[in-house]
Amino acid sequence: MTNVLINAPKTAKKGEVIELKALILHPMETGFRPGTNGRIIPRNIIEHFVATWNGTEIFRMDFSPAIAANPFVSFFAVATESGTIGFRWTGDEGFQVEESVAIAVG
Amino acid sequence: MPRTTRRAFLAGTALVSVLPFAPARATPEAMAAVIKEVVGDNVIREGRVTLELPPLIENGSTVPLTVSVESPMSEADYVKAIHIFNEKNPQPHVFDARLSPRNGRALIATRIKLGDSQRIVAIAETSKGEFFSASADVIVTLAACLEDIT
Repeated sequence: MTNVLINAPKTAKKGEVIELKALILHPMETGFRPGTNGRIIPRNIIEHFVATWNGTEIFRMDFSPAIAANPFVSFFAVATESGTIGFRWTGDEGFQVEESVAIAVG
Repeated sequence: MPRTTRRAFLAGTALVSVLPFAPARATPEAMAAVIKEVVGDNVIREGRVTLELPPLIENGSTVPLTVSVESPMSEADYVKAIHIFNEKNPQPHVFDARLSPRNGRALIATRIKLGDSQRIVAIAETSKGEFFSASADVIVTLAACLEDIT
């Protein structure tokens, strides 16, 4: 249903700084635009994006309506140990999506 | 008390109908107020922060933005938070990001919406409690937040 695209290396050296990219399909409706019937389309955005490494939070970003539709975020992380990198998006209307990727650190 | 003539009434309605539809908007003052909320009484210094946006934007609904901060990102000295603000979108916030030494590098790239030509401000907060900023002026030819045509 929800489409998420994660771009992360599958392997990394210990201590290496790796780039993580995450894209999610979402309208990010601002709540400031009138629709075809002239009424304001209610706000529907993703408010929080959190990334975890084996359950420990490593990055967090709070969005505003000024984030473009289909939010894309690229950030960096230190490869500490093998395991899973988790991504979680939460927002209006009970929106919650989680995705994770495995990484081998050696 | 003057009687309302039909002519005056019609002139009045015409005036009301041409009043521009003006939704609440962030202003440079509103942005300064929000920045003050984040920074408090600390001094904001220029430098260390690099904010990259295309100077001329054809479509305000998807604008690539990259912000990076020079920092060792060690336990002793790292970038704790990066905030992006704008002057003329309906709200002054764009995003607030929280970082830690686990990030290794203070660089974030994303895509934002811009409602008008304006100045974008990035503020970085370090673990030592210092604030650094950078800004970028952009020209937007087609604004985001237009009517939904789908």
